[in-house]
Amino acid sequence: MKGKNCVAIAADRRFGVQLQTIGTDMDKIFEIGPKLFVGIPGLATDTQTVHERLRFRTNVYELRENRPVTPQVLSAMVTNLLYEHRFGPYFVEPVIAGLDPKTNEPFVCGFDVIGCPCEPEDFIVSGTCEEQLLGMCESLYEPNLEPDQLFETISQALVNACDRDAISGWGAKVYIIESDKVTIRKVRTRMD
Amino acid sequence: MAMSLMRPGGFSYSELANAGPVQHHFSPYTDNGGSIVAVAGKGFALIASDTRLSTGYSILTRDQPKLYDLNSNTVLGCSGCWCDVLSETRLIEARMKLYKHEHQKEMSPGAVAQMLATILYSRRFFPYYVSNVVAGLDANGQGVVYSYDPVGHCDQNLFHAGGSSGALLQPLLDNQIGLLNMEIKPTEPLTLERAKGIIKDVFISAAERDIYTGDGILLKIITKDGITQESMKLRHD
Repeated sequence: MKGKNCVAIAADRRFGVQLQTIGTDMDKIFEIGPKLFVGIPGLATDTQTVHERLRFRTNVYELRENRPVTPQVLSAMVTNLLYEHRFGPYFVEPVIAGLDPKTNEPFVCGFDVIGCPCEPEDFIVSGTCEEQLLGMCESLYEPNLEPDQLFETISQALVNACDRDAISGWGAKVYIIESDKVTIRKVRTRMD
Repeated sequence: MAMSLMRPGGFSYSELANAGPVQHHFSPYTDNGGSIVAVAGKGFALIASDTRLSTGYSILTRDQPKLYDLNSNTVLGCSGCWCDVLSETRLIEARMKLYKHEHQKEMSPGAVAQMLATILYSRRFFPYYVSNVVAGLDANGQGVVYSYDPVGHCDQNLFHAGGSSGALLQPLLDNQIGLLNMEIKPTEPLTLERAKGIIKDVFISAAERDIYTGDGILLKIITKDGITQESMKLRHD
C-alpha cells in the first residue's frame, strides 16, 4: 500500500495445508534491499524457492552492475522468473513494495502465477482472502497517508479481511518502509 | 487432408461426418449477480440492493432492484439466479397470503424468516440458487436481519452482506458496524443516518471492484412508520 513518501506491506503468519494449520509463525515477506520487500503468498515450497531464486538473481545483479536493485528492476526479475515457468508455474502470486533507492518514490506491484505484472497507483492484494482484502482496501484507503496512518489502514484492512477467511490469520506482520527506516510490527489478531 | 476440403470455419466435412454422437448439456442455473446489504439498529432496519442484472460479461438491465416488500415491516433481498429469485418470491408471496387468511394477521419477520428456511430446505437437492437476506422490525420494534445459504441455513445478525460482493463487504461491516478490531469504540449506538452512510459507502467500493455490482442502489428504510425508500447512482461501467 502506498503512502506519502512511504510504503507498507503486510501479511498474516499462518502456514497450513488446506484446512490444517501447521505453523503460526511463517514469514511470507522477505527483504530484497534496504527499502525493498517482496511478499510471496501461495504454495509454501514455491514461496521459499522463488525467494531463494530472487535472492540469487538480485545478488548477481548487484555484483555485476555494482548498483542496488530498484523496485522496477525487481519487478522485471519476478516477471521473468515466473514466466520462465509459463507451462509449469510456481504457485505463488508475489507482491513487491519498496521505495526507489535514489528518489524514494513509492512503488507497489503484484503478479499472477505466470508473472503478469500489475502496477497500481494505490494498493495491491494477493492470497486466499484477496476478495475480502479488496473490499477493505477499497473502502479504507486514501492517498498520501503519513506512515502511522498508513500502518493503521493496512493493519485494519488485513486483520478484518483475515477474520473472514478460515485459512488466513494467526497474527500478522506489518512493514512500514520509509526513506530512513523500516518499522516492523507484529499485530495480534484473533487466534482461530 | 487437402486444403480445398477445409471450410473457412477451420473444420472439414469429413471431420463432421466422422464425429461421434454429440451430447448437449443443459445447465439449469445462471448467475445474474447483484449484491444485498442489510443493517439492523435500534428502531430501524435498512436493506439495500444494487440495480444491475447481468449474465457473464453482459448487462441485462441497469434498473432492476432486488428487494421485495413482503409486508409493512419486512423486506426480502434476493440475488443470484434471477429465474430462481422470481419463482422463489412468487412462492413466498403465495405462502404469506395463505398465512394471512388462515391466521387473520400479517406474518412477523421471524415467521417469514423461518418459513423461508423451510422453503429453501424443501429444495435441498435442487436448490434455489439465491442468496437471501430478510430485514424487518420485530415485535419490540427492534431491527432484525436474517441471512441464508442457498439450502436454507438461517442466521440472525445485526448486519449482513450477500450476493456477488458479499466477500468484499462483509469484513468492512464487521469492522465498521460490528466494531471488530476497534481499539476505541464509539459510545453511542448506531444511528440510522450513520448506517445509511455506511451502506452507500460500501456499495461505492463494491462497484469499483465487482463487475456484477453497479449502476445504482435501492435502499429501503423500515421503521415503525412503515417502509420508505431512497435510491442512489453508482458507476455505470
